[in-house]
Amino acid sequence: MRNHRFELMTDLTELGVAALRDGVAGGAFTATEVAHAFNAAVEAAQGALNAFIVTTPDAALAAAGKVDEARAAGQPLGKMAGVPIGMKDLFATKGVQTTAASKILEGFVPPYESTVSQKLWDAGAGMLGKLNLDQFAMGSSNETSGFGNVISPWRKGGDTTPLAPGGSSGGSSAAVAARIAPAATGTDTGGSIRQPAAFTGISGIKPTYGRCSRWGVVAFASSLDQAGPMARDVRDCAIMLEAMAGFDPKDSTSLDLPVPAWEAGLNADLRGKKVGIPREYRVDGLDADVAKSWDDGIAWLKDAGAEIVDISLPHTKYALPTYYIIAPAEASSNLARYDGVRYGLRDLPEGANLQDMYAATRAAGFGDEVKRRILIGTYVLSAGFYDAYYTQAQKVRALISQDFMTAFETVDVILTPTAPSAAFALGQKSTDPVEMYLNDVFSVPASLAGLPAMSVPAGLSRDGLPLGLHVIGRPLDEQGVLNAGLALEQRAQFSAKPGKWW
Amino acid sequence: MSSYRIQGATGEWEVVIGLEVHAQITTQAKLFSGSATAFGAEPNTQVSLVDAAMPGMLPVLNRECIRQAVRTGMAIEAQINTWSRFDRKNYFYADLPQGYQISQLYHPLVGEGAIEIVLDDKNPEGSAKVIGVERIHVEQDAGKLMHDQHPTMSYVDLNRSGVALMEIVSRPDMTSPAEAGAYLTKLRQILRYVGSCDGNMDQGSMRADVNVSVRRAGEPLGTRTETKNVNSVRFVMAAIEHEASRQVDVLEAGGKIVQETRLFDPGTGTTRSMRSKEDAHDYRYFPDPDLLPLVLDQAFLDECRASLPELPDAKRARYTDVLGLSPYNAAVLTADVDTAAWFETLITASAAKQGKDEAAVAKQAANWLTSELFGALNKLGKGLEDSPVSPTSAAELLALVGDGTISGSIAKQVLEKMLETGDGAAAIVEREGLKQTTDTGAIEAAVDAVLAANADKVEQYRGGKEALFGFFVGQTMKAMAGKGNPQLVNQVLKAKLG
Repeated sequence: MRNHRFELMTDLTELGVAALRDGVAGGAFTATEVAHAFNAAVEAAQGALNAFIVTTPDAALAAAGKVDEARAAGQPLGKMAGVPIGMKDLFATKGVQTTAASKILEGFVPPYESTVSQKLWDAGAGMLGKLNLDQFAMGSSNETSGFGNVISPWRKGGDTTPLAPGGSSGGSSAAVAARIAPAATGTDTGGSIRQPAAFTGISGIKPTYGRCSRWGVVAFASSLDQAGPMARDVRDCAIMLEAMAGFDPKDSTSLDLPVPAWEAGLNADLRGKKVGIPREYRVDGLDADVAKSWDDGIAWLKDAGAEIVDISLPHTKYALPTYYIIAPAEASSNLARYDGVRYGLRDLPEGANLQDMYAATRAAGFGDEVKRRILIGTYVLSAGFYDAYYTQAQKVRALISQDFMTAFETVDVILTPTAPSAAFALGQKSTDPVEMYLNDVFSVPASLAGLPAMSVPAGLSRDGLPLGLHVIGRPLDEQGVLNAGLALEQRAQFSAKPGKWW
Repeated sequence: MSSYRIQGATGEWEVVIGLEVHAQITTQAKLFSGSATAFGAEPNTQVSLVDAAMPGMLPVLNRECIRQAVRTGMAIEAQINTWSRFDRKNYFYADLPQGYQISQLYHPLVGEGAIEIVLDDKNPEGSAKVIGVERIHVEQDAGKLMHDQHPTMSYVDLNRSGVALMEIVSRPDMTSPAEAGAYLTKLRQILRYVGSCDGNMDQGSMRADVNVSVRRAGEPLGTRTETKNVNSVRFVMAAIEHEASRQVDVLEAGGKIVQETRLFDPGTGTTRSMRSKEDAHDYRYFPDPDLLPLVLDQAFLDECRASLPELPDAKRARYTDVLGLSPYNAAVLTADVDTAAWFETLITASAAKQGKDEAAVAKQAANWLTSELFGALNKLGKGLEDSPVSPTSAAELLALVGDGTISGSIAKQVLEKMLETGDGAAAIVEREGLKQTTDTGAIEAAVDAVLAANADKVEQYRGGKEALFGFFVGQTMKAMAGKGNPQLVNQVLKAKLG
């Protein structure tokens, strides 16, 4: 291989989804060259970042080879043709270990492919590997993974303290931020796409609940789980979301609606649009950097032509407790299937009966945070507590949705910070679960209401760490969310990236 | 009305019974997956990724199961809930891959309905009782554990896992084993008419949880026990009998009935404790977030109703009121949907062959079917479903009786030959020369010979012993090998005996 080819390969990892897709389609480089470049970057970073649970360089090359052949044969290319991506290890991938970052599924190789991942492969994307995450997507820092922390590629200026990449899609955020993947899938139950995107200076969108099929995605909380893309910028998110979304008869909660042409519909001109600023999100003691970034965002959207409207979402303060009842309740039931009987880990102590086997298997296979949420969920559903917790939480959930619907009678989108702070150090919050849960305070309400919401990079904190702005839209109005995100992106001019220390 | 009482040492006790019947819905596919449901398949050959609860798998409702449950609800005049919802019932067991059963606790598909039972088929109106049905909900069946295949391990067969069941919950309206038996029989009859369940109790398609309590007359309800998975009408009745007297014994000895789940042992006809309320699971029911609420529109309901067949009660009323059958025959012929269908094919064919309307041939056909064919098949150890004689060939036989070609007694012989050979009635009559004789000369000759040979009896008859007339008829028919036309034989005998 000639020398300049090596140069090209390095440069290719700087490109995002649109640039790679267009470059492959236009013949500037081949999909195979792209795959080689990212495979090499993945390998170089894996020891330091631990972003992947397994890497699949051959899968990336195979997909790229098909794209190159199709192009050579003059066949039409898919929306993601030639773009290798990271796949969060919550999506079942046929023939490739799928673990949800839990030891209870270590070695589990599904004989089936999730709908979303299949759609991406059908669109011409290739798989670099299965990305690390918080175990069963439960966490906000990636510290609950059964396969080790993901280390954020970001560091505070002049400091080598390992930082959290956010969670639960921390492998995804770290990989995209470190330029070892141009894009990655994420899933978002209470903020698991948006908070890690904010922590690592990338973009990520959680579409309306029901846009992306949940079939083949390891379930955490079924009424909240939703897949979405994580990428360098808004356009890349739009492209990838088009490839991921769509009705799936195998998921009863999937929306039977056509997928809009979000990329073609991108438009940062917000004249005539109204942006709501919910006063309840301006909490006491809001981090000064976060508050400033929010104010910047308001100014940028005004600059883009939008009218800024003060709104109220009165039930906001109940969102977090409501979420931490509903999500664990569903999880406690969803995770019952990991029982050692049919697949995954089985711990069968000498002389054990069925109950002993269940207890031993689940004790050994689940991490502490997963156990904590199963316990919470079991508790809130148990006889005598169900009405006080679960039923009450469902009522509050309806009120939170109603708050948003009322606001959307006046405004088109809502702007908030994505997370209450920039990335924190690994270990800083892992001993206090409630402190960790508070990270989701701004992202959870939109999850409970099933609304589309995205995080875009807004700037850096005083410590030089990324901050995200959060746009929430009406049901099915991903376009409005993406457009507001684009307006922010154009004005934020966010170009910072982590220095390569690995 | 039944007045079943248990005679205890201290007095009389009443029994209060409610049944929860699990009926497997007759469909090709399971409730939430596309897997097949055929009985008797090799273990674990009808298991989809959903049934095995693989990670990330999701349930998708099979609308046909809902349709059958709605039709069943309509057949018992029940409230159909156009908005219902599925809940998860959470517990761990090796036959339950998901760790929860998808069922309907809070908002069942079918609400309040009723089933009328008849305790005496000969007196349907006088012995009828209405049993309330509280609800019908739809749920998944579990798999099957086999503990006898290996010394230390249990084997799991997931073929049944996810199969659709209706749980039909009665009110505690039954007060005797006979009523419970009649209720279960009637329910099975309705399900088979509707086609929503094949009612094969020996294959587990239908099984009952039996709730029993006892009390002294006029007292409030006693504590009940629930005997699980009883799989025949006879066993249900036996379980109630045993359980009720056991409870009386306990109470009369100064003990208390513990609310518990019990098992019935068909070998001994007794029940034994399985688990008490203290050990009962906390099922942590909550709405299944993988499924949307089930909303039924009017067009769907209309189709369900339009597709209902004539139901047992209506059919039985028509058989007595329009076809003129006896209440007993009507009950026997409507007891099973296949019997009724056989009978109706028979009368349609008979009416066509004899050029009469159905009401005119129905009685003859009903009598023949219930007394002749059932009896003959019984001897052969066969049921109507595997009868060698089809309704159309039976109609041919009945037409030969109807037009006087053969007599009723010859018809019996012909039927035997038909069952033996599979040949048609007319062909057998022709071949065997069984045609009835209407030749008056031959009959007169036979009568003369009989009277001559029995002069003493003729004397007695003429002396007033008229009961001997039957003897002369019999002797004449015997002499004519059964082929004499009975009316003519009667006429000639009457004339000659004076």
